[in-house]
Amino acid sequence: MKPPEFDYVAPNSVDDAIKALGSDLEAKVLAGGQSLIPLLAFRLAGPSLLVDLARVDGLDHITDEGDRLVIGAMTRQRRVERDPLVADRCPLLAESLRHVGHPQIRSRGTIGGSVAHADPAAELPGVVLALGGRVHVTGPAGNRTIEAEELFQGFLSTSIADGEILTAVEVPASGPRTGWSVVEVARRPGDYALCGALCQLQLDDSGTVVDAHLGLIGVGDRPMRAHAVEAAVLGGASPSEAAELAPDGLRPGSDVHASSDYRLHLATVTSRRALTQALERAA
Amino acid sequence: MATHLIKVEVNGEAYERTVPPRLLLSDFLRHELHLTGTHVGCEHGVCGACTVQLDGQGVRSCLLFAVQADGSAIKTVEGLAAGDDLHPLQAAFSAAHALQCGFCTPGFLMTIDSMLDEFATMTEPEIREALSGNICRCTGYQGIVEAVKATVASHSQEGR
Repeated sequence: MKPPEFDYVAPNSVDDAIKALGSDLEAKVLAGGQSLIPLLAFRLAGPSLLVDLARVDGLDHITDEGDRLVIGAMTRQRRVERDPLVADRCPLLAESLRHVGHPQIRSRGTIGGSVAHADPAAELPGVVLALGGRVHVTGPAGNRTIEAEELFQGFLSTSIADGEILTAVEVPASGPRTGWSVVEVARRPGDYALCGALCQLQLDDSGTVVDAHLGLIGVGDRPMRAHAVEAAVLGGASPSEAAELAPDGLRPGSDVHASSDYRLHLATVTSRRALTQALERAA
Repeated sequence: MATHLIKVEVNGEAYERTVPPRLLLSDFLRHELHLTGTHVGCEHGVCGACTVQLDGQGVRSCLLFAVQADGSAIKTVEGLAAGDDLHPLQAAFSAAHALQCGFCTPGFLMTIDSMLDEFATMTEPEIREALSGNICRCTGYQGIVEAVKATVASHSQEGR
């Protein structure tokens, strides 16, 4: 359970971090380390150099940009979870954080690290996908943004290129009459969910759903967005009717924790509960 | 592999040591500083036995390299009691039989101590969920939850 040997640098700027990352083909970025260090302990990863972003200026912030929130990649999950601005402007993100690991994990874990790690059962990638967010990355060729729909490419795999660093996560701020819900089925609190539904709905003055977001985690090789369910809700379907469409297009694997069929069943159950709660909160 | 000079404050005392990057904070505390109160259970972030406080926050010391803690203030279970006088939380653990073998206890104590203010407003299910990052295989948790409630109650009385 001891990590393999590696070199370590803790640069102070994004530029220096990119240079360090480019200096070694086997270099890896260290954010909060709450996923990477276990991988090192099991020797499932063996980087020759770790580039620690903890001392890089400008990566720890929560910025209100009006219609969206921009959160620095190295902002610790505990800070985002307890931040009043996030609770007010993006309650789905705030609530989802309470399901991420345990308090001791969230003290160290970062929002950027979790999104870049792209675990298919993790809440933060699911929220960014569900809300149609995006990430800011910087590399040797400069800055670019990647839409969440383009970001998640497969199991622990993203379209962030070698040598690029995720610097910020951007999510749309919620509007008026918005309800949200996070519903998970897990063996124990803090475990990765067997299946989770992350939902945000917005109503107009007449109570009609005018904006629908539903992300599902734990049911594929990446976080999934339930477009069929969203369309049904926008078309006036009830939570029960819409949730029946949740398994569409999903092919979850079977493992020791749950069979594929059970996960498909949970996709319907968690979607129905999340839609119902989000509607109640929006009303 | 290059080593790194780090400066940390542990339980109020300053230390300077040269460490290899892969040295875990848990091993640094135990093997370099001989503070063996911090226990190592699973060593991959599941059991919570190695929880210490880093700049006041509960963290798993097995999911942190010592080199990352450079410049930080660390508190371990050795920093709880004042000499022979148990910390109120330790006294509550003793009174409520919140430990049997004691292996998990340092991790529970450091987790709870870092969150006492939050526990003050929690219901029992919320307390249990907040403690779910620490595993105890002896007590069934009942005594631990009672010790938390007793500590929070006396803590808030003192505040009045």
